[in-house]
Amino acid sequence: MLRVHSIETFGAHEGPGIRLVVFLQGCPLRCLYCHNPDTQPCDQAKAKFYSNEQILELLEKERPYFGTKGGLTVSGGEPTLQTPALQELFPLVHERGFNVALDTNGVIYNPQVNALYDMTDLVILDVKHIDDDWHRKLTGAGNRNVLLNAEYRERSGKPMWLRYVLVPGWTDQPEFLEQWARHFAGYKTVERVEILPYHTLGVHKYAALGRPYPLEGLAPPSKTRIEQARRIFAAHLDNVIVA
Amino acid sequence: MRLHGGRHGPVPAWGSDIMDRKTAQLEDIFKPHRWQDEINVRDFVYYNITPYTGDHGFLQGPTEDTKALWTTCQELLRQERARGGVLDVDTRTISTVTSHAPGYIDRAREKIVGLQTDAPLRRSIKPFGGWRVTAEACKQAGYEIDAAVVDMCRKYRKTHNDGVFDAYTDEHKGLRKSGIITGLPDNYARGRIIGDYRRLALYGADRLIEEKEADRARLTGAMTEDVIRLREEIAEQIRSLAAVKEMSAAYGFDVSRPAQTAREAIQWTYLAYLAAVKEQDGAAMSLGNVSTFFDIFIEHDLNAGLLTETQAQELIDHFVMKLRLVRHLRMEEYNQLFAGDPTWVTESIGGMFSDGKTKVTKTSFRFLQTLYDLGPAPEPNLTILWHPAMPEGFKRFCAKVSIDTSSLQYENDALMSAAGACDDFCVACCVSMMETGKEMQFFGARCNLAKTLLLALNEGRDEITGSRIVPDIEPLPEGPLNYDEVRKRFDKCMAYVAEAYVNTMNVIHYMHDKYYYERSMMAFMDSEVKRNMAFGIAGLSVTADSLSAIRHAKVMPMRNEHGITTDFKVEGEFPMFGNDDDRVDGIAVELVERFNKELGRHYIYRNATPTLSVLTITSNVVYGRKTGATPDGRKAGEPFAPGANPMHGRDQSGAIASLNSVAKLNFFDARDGISNTFSIVPKSLGDTEEDRVQNMTALLDGYFTKQAHHLNVNVLDRDTLLKAMEHPEEYPQLTIRVSGYAVNFTRLSRQHQQEVIARTFHTSL
Repeated sequence: MLRVHSIETFGAHEGPGIRLVVFLQGCPLRCLYCHNPDTQPCDQAKAKFYSNEQILELLEKERPYFGTKGGLTVSGGEPTLQTPALQELFPLVHERGFNVALDTNGVIYNPQVNALYDMTDLVILDVKHIDDDWHRKLTGAGNRNVLLNAEYRERSGKPMWLRYVLVPGWTDQPEFLEQWARHFAGYKTVERVEILPYHTLGVHKYAALGRPYPLEGLAPPSKTRIEQARRIFAAHLDNVIVA
Repeated sequence: MRLHGGRHGPVPAWGSDIMDRKTAQLEDIFKPHRWQDEINVRDFVYYNITPYTGDHGFLQGPTEDTKALWTTCQELLRQERARGGVLDVDTRTISTVTSHAPGYIDRAREKIVGLQTDAPLRRSIKPFGGWRVTAEACKQAGYEIDAAVVDMCRKYRKTHNDGVFDAYTDEHKGLRKSGIITGLPDNYARGRIIGDYRRLALYGADRLIEEKEADRARLTGAMTEDVIRLREEIAEQIRSLAAVKEMSAAYGFDVSRPAQTAREAIQWTYLAYLAAVKEQDGAAMSLGNVSTFFDIFIEHDLNAGLLTETQAQELIDHFVMKLRLVRHLRMEEYNQLFAGDPTWVTESIGGMFSDGKTKVTKTSFRFLQTLYDLGPAPEPNLTILWHPAMPEGFKRFCAKVSIDTSSLQYENDALMSAAGACDDFCVACCVSMMETGKEMQFFGARCNLAKTLLLALNEGRDEITGSRIVPDIEPLPEGPLNYDEVRKRFDKCMAYVAEAYVNTMNVIHYMHDKYYYERSMMAFMDSEVKRNMAFGIAGLSVTADSLSAIRHAKVMPMRNEHGITTDFKVEGEFPMFGNDDDRVDGIAVELVERFNKELGRHYIYRNATPTLSVLTITSNVVYGRKTGATPDGRKAGEPFAPGANPMHGRDQSGAIASLNSVAKLNFFDARDGISNTFSIVPKSLGDTEEDRVQNMTALLDGYFTKQAHHLNVNVLDRDTLLKAMEHPEEYPQLTIRVSGYAVNFTRLSRQHQQEVIARTFHTSL
């Protein structure tokens, strides 16, 4: 059984084509800008449990919309917290002819996660900062495992998308952007790099949860800053897009 | 009063070198086949089409003349808006095919000419649907109808409306008054008939007259009422064809012969359509499927070096500009039902022949290009006959145009082709398919299903007035509503209402044929046509959710001193339509099936086939206003969802789940169409333009593979609409699909605007 926060039947941001996106409940990180803080706790009472059959049924209902590109994306929260369940699910999904994407922050690195990557058609890896200390300040954990996961995926030769949330004052330092881009410049499996400008659409959820918003008052990045970041990335990486 | 305008101006010369092929025969130009021996446009198109499988790269922008003309039109449209919606009215001349002298926008620049009256946007009077409505419409626009017109209608020439009320029973009047059935075309023209206007271009008027004469000559023997009527109708059609020749001659064209160039083909077709909108003011006066037909002539002229791509686009732009200027004189009450002054000049584009050959041509693209050349607009109502097997280039261009303009609607080509067993069809009004030139419909109104449910809960009484509508409905047992008890009564009410609805429609269409027969449209159809009678239901999702609440939750009715429900207390959760949940979607499916069956039990005028639509246009607001609180938690007076849409905000499982619920409704139970209006925020379609185009294409492929029938697509932010409400002058061309058609958002009433804004805008972030 999967512990699910919510399901989006029309996902257009989590991989190619139209996707059924299953957002799993629970995340080990506490990113300051998290726009879905309600997905963080692992024991959220509102979480729903879905069997593999139920997920497959949802996929079947959506099959005609997938075309050649769409399929299932498992996101979160952090999906690799539920790696054993996903290892059961993914082969069944493949059996039915659907593709699978995994939208992950990469902080869990172990042989089980490696194996999960191997059965995933597309890994969407969120590398939130290239500097270990800043990564820790921003998310509560260092980036060592994230980079190991990226390296593992690269070695496997299977496709990967990279993501980067651009947060003013936190992740938009030109030198770190440069470093981030150079780090992945030689990667051959990276098909797309997405810059996600920080937004404040999730702020109201903190109030609803009775939690203070850590980045209170921070404005989204200006068009100029976004373009600056894009240029730095694009100098080293192909197919950089601003989402 | 002037019955005929007379004084037509001098015959203008064409003055164009591309028009010089006077003597050539169409047989020499196009591939001969059966279309030469019989009136068969489909055959001509099939054997002469040049399918196009490329992308939109070949398209050209507007010419200087196009820009200048459209600037003039925009100024006129601005003045029209400034004057409260009507620029000018000719209150003296009863509009007929030949009533008005030729009119122009800017004659030197126009490549396609012809207006309904002698000046652009000047409306005319057409009193034969009902003179009171015409007189009132004049008054509301600040004019006074010529007294002689009223005098004539009262004393010498009875109109449709008077005929209907002579025959209506008290029961018919009661249903009408209560709003159980609303929008009956009993005081205005029914519309929804589409002549195959291509026939004028392909055959010329003389050949069409010959064929009609032959048809009439065959109608001999026992003079039954049917035969007499048809003989008279064909005679009227022939008279109308002669009038088309006369009107065309005034513009300088000899339409007695076939068109020989692209420009003539478009001009001839337009003149045939113009005759229809001069003589009739039916609610929806749709165009048909002309684009691929035009393409054959354009392709020929391009290959012969008679035309350039820029000129080809100019012809289409000028034609479309004319369609955007079609106007009818309407009353305010009409506008409340069908907001934004729509005319439903629906043009059906694309699709496939039944053998798998595509109907997509370069002119399919050229029609969409008008939305860039002239900017977005609600008319003509561009309708894509979507088929997943259509060329990718065209599918992608449609998706792009939808994303850029929100001006397209989509209908399931394969499904309609199967249902109608034909592949040359078009869409009347919003969603009603017709085999072109061979099929017509008697249109009429829709039944308020939610209100019918309330009749069942109130012993057959209207929940607002308390008056009894349906006899012999027993009171419900005390306590929470019991599904089976409610359902028993509801089914009885539906049966009663359906029968009364059929009878009301029989009266209306008998009288319409008698007093306001569409000779100028029927002239371009086969003499023996297939007739449908098109019924409708409104409030499907409210009714399905209400029944779901009664079945799955606990619903306590609250009643006033007369025992009539005023509100409902709902305890517990219940599945709602729009979440791909069979527990409630199955109820909706079954309601459509049942109502359709009920219609089929009764005698129908002229042996027409009953068809049903789930379509409200914008009348969902008025229906809601006239309906008390419902068991789903909807308060009294609140709007329904439009068409077959889930109720606003109740589709909480994402866009696909919402689409899938609607897709379950069976088109074969609702052959007149199932309308779904889908609004999505641009960003939610994807991160890049390429993603958005690709996802929109996949969405349409998926939805129609699920056997859904229709989708209106809006791609916009709610913010844009809010801004347009505050500053309408900055958004004169903001177009939004509502239910089967599109409107200028700023021409909607405040209440309609608010209802549009309250709709679900699918977002995923």
